[in-house]
Amino acid sequence: MARVLGHRLFWPVAALLALVVLNAAVRPGFVRITVRDGHLYGALVDILRQSAPLMMVALGMTLVIATRGIDLSVGAVMAVSGAVALTFIDRSADPGALGTVLVAIAAGVAVGVVLGTWNGFLVTVFGVQPIVATLVLMLAGRGVALLITGGFITTVVSPPYKFVASGFLLGLPFALFLSAAAIAVVAIVQRRTALGLLTEAVGINPEASRLAGVRSQGIVFTAYVASGALAGLAGILYSSNIMAADANAAGEFIELYAILAVVLGRTSLLGGKFSIAGTAVGVLIIQTLQSTVLFLGVSSAQSPVFFAFVVVVVVVVQSPQLHRRLSRLSGRRRGRTAPPAQPATRDLEVSA
Amino acid sequence: MTILETAAPARPGGGLNRLLDRHASALPTAAAVVILAVLLGGAQLYFGNFLTPRNLSALLLDHAYLVILAVGMTLVILTGGIDLSVGSVLAFTGILGARMLAAGSSPVVVVLVMVLSGAAIGLMIGVLVQYFDVQPFIASLAGLFLARGLAYVVSLQSIKVKEPSILWLQSTRIQVGDWYVTPTGILALVVLAIGAFTLAWTRFGRTVYAIGGDEQSARLMGLDVARTRVLVYVVSGVCSGLGGLVLTAYSGAGYPRNGIGTELDVIAAVVIGGTLLSGGVGYVLGSLVGVLVYGTIKTIISFKGAEQAWTEITIGLLLLVFIVVQQVIVVRSARRR
Repeated sequence: MARVLGHRLFWPVAALLALVVLNAAVRPGFVRITVRDGHLYGALVDILRQSAPLMMVALGMTLVIATRGIDLSVGAVMAVSGAVALTFIDRSADPGALGTVLVAIAAGVAVGVVLGTWNGFLVTVFGVQPIVATLVLMLAGRGVALLITGGFITTVVSPPYKFVASGFLLGLPFALFLSAAAIAVVAIVQRRTALGLLTEAVGINPEASRLAGVRSQGIVFTAYVASGALAGLAGILYSSNIMAADANAAGEFIELYAILAVVLGRTSLLGGKFSIAGTAVGVLIIQTLQSTVLFLGVSSAQSPVFFAFVVVVVVVVQSPQLHRRLSRLSGRRRGRTAPPAQPATRDLEVSA
Repeated sequence: MTILETAAPARPGGGLNRLLDRHASALPTAAAVVILAVLLGGAQLYFGNFLTPRNLSALLLDHAYLVILAVGMTLVILTGGIDLSVGSVLAFTGILGARMLAAGSSPVVVVLVMVLSGAAIGLMIGVLVQYFDVQPFIASLAGLFLARGLAYVVSLQSIKVKEPSILWLQSTRIQVGDWYVTPTGILALVVLAIGAFTLAWTRFGRTVYAIGGDEQSARLMGLDVARTRVLVYVVSGVCSGLGGLVLTAYSGAGYPRNGIGTELDVIAAVVIGGTLLSGGVGYVLGSLVGVLVYGTIKTIISFKGAEQAWTEITIGLLLLVFIVVQQVIVVRSARRR
């Protein structure tokens, strides 16, 4: 029991389960999954399907945050990638051809890689603070997307492209396979090789890991490229879902939700140890909460109020200051049973 | 203005080098002034009718709310923090004010409520940052979500303002020759002046610089770091509330989608104006220059009739140039130590 309680992901998973149970209690239809035309339908399936773009972005964000960085440009990258893909399909001779769509998707992801490379270049070669380096693209990216679409919302009719976000494979949404594949690839590359360990080393202490012979620049660079590529894929998913390239609305606020998902998954924003599974759980929490809020009859525009509370509660609960104060409080109640703890905390406070 | 940097150790080298060393912290602001002059001069040469009193007056008045937001943001960034909530708080206070006016509240009460609700959100961010060790980025993110959501809770549609005293703020024009200024412009300039004075000549202002320079030293010097840090976010919230008032008067309505992305424009303007994002170095008047650079680029692009998307791209590129310049300065001063 203690092992379960002490597990790093106990609280995130418990929160997710609590949300699901709460929903199921209020609306019995929530957990019902129906089979129609051999496809699975239901609120839970919807949540998994809709969470795909955020999942991609949050995975990339986890890697970047693990290196002590942050990537604010993901929403703008999504807008550019969607704009490139849809403009390509729009101008092609045969928008419905599978080949056209595959090239468009490859182009969208490639744009993500290029923009990620740009971010990585600024952060590693120029040594610019990540928050500022990615702010440049966050500002300019949407402008670029608007120029690509000519200031309009490009819409296309292309069944294969629509399949990416809305199609079904083996009874399950195709987007689900994409996000599962993304999780699997990132998890295998990071955890079955030394890359994850090295990433954490760089995040915990860049200088020490450099002295230990870790090529920290290359690792940080790769994290931004991966984040760009995943954001590019997310842009494809988003534009395929609405079959339109909307340079302003694509990925709006997604950098904030992605950061929230990473924090919910217990990855510290200070870098270092990260958890891919935690991020996945965090994404599902956000998507379930979104669905809950919608069900409660709150307009989706008003849902940020709920997320504000979630952010506040999560950061306050995780705050070391609160823990210190609580432990001091309980120590006092026990009648100073642990005097050695006192000087230690005072030291901490001075250095904090 | 203020001279913050410690005296540079005497070094062999030309007088120019010594001058650059001594005023390294003012260098980005000076660069911003040069860029503004080049932009204005270039536009005048290109269009021939750019530098008119009418045009320059409009340049300030169209961006009065940005100037006010930039003052608050400068203070926050000087402490080494960041405030992402300004755009949302602007929208929230604007729509709240419009709704209260439509319900018949007195304008004095409305303005007070707008400013106080901005201050309350700022207080929340400040307390999270100071007492719960939350990174400013995340704490102000919570503020962003909260204010944006609350704006939609107040109203999903835009609400027209009919109250004459609020509209008076924008419709009154005080003419001096061809130059003119509205009360909203005067308000922006007053906020700017108070900000500049506070930073340069009050205990609070000097503590702000000290925290950004080195928080540990500031604490050991006995400065009230906790109170100052919280207060900085409250001031930024108050500025956002005032910005909401100015924008409501300017547009004659409250709209819950106002100010999306404004936080980025404000941060860009502050950085272009020469404030280092790592804190400790920068001037409020520099941020005014930054806002004017932003406004000039926007005006030039609309004069040319080009896509407004070019504004964002140009600002992004300019931001990049400034960041690289700042990086060079930081490296320079680090090498000197």
